[in-house]
Amino acid sequence: MATTNTASIKLREFLNGVKGELPILLGVAPFGMIYGVLATDAGLSTLDAQAMSAVVFAGSAQFMLVQLINLGTPALVLILSGFIINLRHALYSASVAPYTRHLSPLWKVILSYMLTDEAYAVVIMHYQKDDQSEYKHWYFLGAGLTLWTCWQICTAAGIFLGAQIPPNWGLDFTLALTFIALVFPAIDDRPSLLAALSAGAVALLARGLPYKLGMIAAALVGIAVGLWSEKR
Amino acid sequence: MSSIWTVMIVVGLLTFLTRLSFILLLEHWEPPQVVRSALRYVPVAALTAIIVPELLVMNDALDFSLGNARLIAGVVAALVAWRTKNALWTIAIGMTAFLILNSFVF
Repeated sequence: MATTNTASIKLREFLNGVKGELPILLGVAPFGMIYGVLATDAGLSTLDAQAMSAVVFAGSAQFMLVQLINLGTPALVLILSGFIINLRHALYSASVAPYTRHLSPLWKVILSYMLTDEAYAVVIMHYQKDDQSEYKHWYFLGAGLTLWTCWQICTAAGIFLGAQIPPNWGLDFTLALTFIALVFPAIDDRPSLLAALSAGAVALLARGLPYKLGMIAAALVGIAVGLWSEKR
Repeated sequence: MSSIWTVMIVVGLLTFLTRLSFILLLEHWEPPQVVRSALRYVPVAALTAIIVPELLVMNDALDFSLGNARLIAGVVAALVAWRTKNALWTIAIGMTAFLILNSFVF
């Protein structure tokens, strides 16, 4: 009895994770296809282009890498650039860490591999809900796998359809919309409002910084302002 | 080409380790209260830092004008998100606003 019950809770969490991630796919799909096209244009073989989506699995880093490869950039510079542009994921790691403590090493490895911007955004909002479910990592897995599958399929579609991919009707805008849908309901007190406002302002001021360092600076300032406002 | 594979594997590994970093570090170490409070602001601060430039930066320049469909649709979506707390409504109404505004611009 208890086992079937647990299994059904896990399944429900998993399916809710799939469902939570679905809207974001509208925004992710065009990016995946454009990546596939750019990678082929940069001279990557079908296998290399597809493998990068599985091995690196980080949209903005992949975009930057194929563009730099196209320019004949040395490998060491590629590696450093890829590392720095993904540094922001350390913030996400710290943010989910309190919730993943009880998990086995295998779970930690799998979930870390899936900790992209688009999975983090959906998953952290679920973790922050008040309910006491012990199986929210299954939600994480459902959301992460959904995004992963979409990313692989769209990469393949971009590679094979090449320049024939349908015109982009501004679908990439749904990515921003999904983030808005996730963030705004979470702004429920003064410190979080000030954190959001200051992070947004710094993101604009620091938009010229390369490798998404402006985004990291903005997030850190937002966090500091939130803390400061809490103390007052 | 083998150097592409070297780059992919090293970047993939570094990315993975970055994502794993604090999940492992905070496993046994209980951070001080100030760090735990700080973590509460990560999602709102980090995601807003991604959203705002998406709405306002066009070709490296800031666009605060009413002709900026992304900005107007984004504000509409934000109001819907704030009032309804419903993701599907937010995306549907935001996207509709964006498409209507875009068809006016052209």
